[in-house]
Amino acid sequence: MINHDIVIIGGGPAGLAAAISCYENGNQDIIILERDNSLGGILNQCIHNGFGLHTFKEELTGPEYAARYVAKVQSLGIDYRLNTMVIDISKDKVVSSINETDGLMQIQAKAIILTMGCRERSRGALNIPGYRPAGIFSAGTAQRYVNIEGYMPGRQIVILGSGDIGLIMARRLTLEGALVKMVCEIMPYSGGLKRNIVQCLDDYNIPLRLNHTVTKIFGKERVTGVMVSEVDAFRQPIPSTEEYVECDTLLLSVGLIPENELSRKAEVAINQKTQGPEVDESLSTSIPGIFAAGNVLHVHDLVDYVSMEAALAGKNAVKYVQGLLKTGLSIVIESKNGVRYTVPGTINPDNAEDITVVRFRTSDVYRDAYLSVYLDDERVMHLKKRILTPGEMEQIVIPKKWFAERPNLKKITIMVEKE
Amino acid sequence: MVKETKNIICIGCPMGCPLTVEIEDGKIKSITGYTCKRGEEYAKKEVTNPRRTVTSIVPVVAGELDMVSVKTKTDIPKNKIKDCMLALKNLKVDAPIDIGDVIIENVCETGVPIIATKAVKRR
Repeated sequence: MINHDIVIIGGGPAGLAAAISCYENGNQDIIILERDNSLGGILNQCIHNGFGLHTFKEELTGPEYAARYVAKVQSLGIDYRLNTMVIDISKDKVVSSINETDGLMQIQAKAIILTMGCRERSRGALNIPGYRPAGIFSAGTAQRYVNIEGYMPGRQIVILGSGDIGLIMARRLTLEGALVKMVCEIMPYSGGLKRNIVQCLDDYNIPLRLNHTVTKIFGKERVTGVMVSEVDAFRQPIPSTEEYVECDTLLLSVGLIPENELSRKAEVAINQKTQGPEVDESLSTSIPGIFAAGNVLHVHDLVDYVSMEAALAGKNAVKYVQGLLKTGLSIVIESKNGVRYTVPGTINPDNAEDITVVRFRTSDVYRDAYLSVYLDDERVMHLKKRILTPGEMEQIVIPKKWFAERPNLKKITIMVEKE
Repeated sequence: MVKETKNIICIGCPMGCPLTVEIEDGKIKSITGYTCKRGEEYAKKEVTNPRRTVTSIVPVVAGELDMVSVKTKTDIPKNKIKDCMLALKNLKVDAPIDIGDVIIENVCETGVPIIATKAVKRR
């Protein structure tokens, strides 16, 4: 058994930022375990620009953003293992992993930071009838083929789902000479950023069909076409609206799910809304000493926020190892009326920083509504919002002084209000 | 007198205000539909001089990776995107490559170079 103070599972943007933060907050006994053959995670295949506006005040591509963090990790001499698959985490914080050189490696950690990222929802989760021909890809898989391997997945393409990766791939495949026939979105609004709709679809005259879905896939060896249908208010296909669209490829961009197989093995409590661990203000999970940050916790729109969140997890992992993280009563954050969830879900005032950033998504589109924060029954924040949409993560900032002023505070409620 | 109407969607925030710009003889006559200052600015820029950063990949010879990602160092005029992609077609670069290495000096007479966005070591 090897010993390390802090083991970080995953060397993507969250893992890198967490590691740097651990180091800078005074703990140098860190190791990052990464299953791929390089650090940087999914950023390596996100060759488009738009990363880092908040962190570096400039627009970088994914690989450039990753490279800055990788360079920092290397210059600090932080230990990491590539091609190393973590196969188990126990609640006693033993991390088991395998790779070709070390074989089975067991590390006893004092703290663990979960930064495994997320996965794409697959065709199996959608129940679209049809054979299983070649030509059906998740948008991220297609992105890897095109940007890393240099292969085109197809020539005539239909994209189901208007998540950001799907939008980015619509442009990417168009630029590489494919014909992207349409992007279908079952919801009445897109789950992607407005900027991506304009710069990836409108710029290339790719139609976005809202309230539309794919109801059948044709082709036995290879996709030959799909049936596209409009859906009603209950998201049920309307038979009379069926339209056959010829294509050789169907990309799925239908949502991301935090990847928590390992967290479950460690018996970390999972939030049903986010599918990520339940965490407190320190980003500690239900198991003391196991922290989580980034897309494993909840799916983010911007990597900048992933880095910030992970830095906080790193800082608190160091505190935990030093025995400085307090246990005690926590204030519950209740999400209500259109606020789908919050991260964190609880705040222990003893551990709170000067400000606690609470991130969340709304469950619907709201225009000219208010974001309200209640401390028990007292409304302390009432922010006018011209628009709130599930596609864009929101945040509110809770100052520590609120807790000092209210020693008996039990509950914080965050909700959308019409007025 | 040449009159033209352009409909664009503002990308300043999730509102996505539909903006209408009326142009007469190449000059902006009116902008409507915006609900904040940023929308007006965006419309002006988008109609008079729309620009985009182009990103793609180029095959690498003798590299640890088969492809290197590249970008236009700054944004280029939107109507040059296609030419820019054509200029990258059939191009190959030799490893090693560092981030920021110039791949094409002045792509399509834009005055903007294409640079590598990933480091690739020699195999």
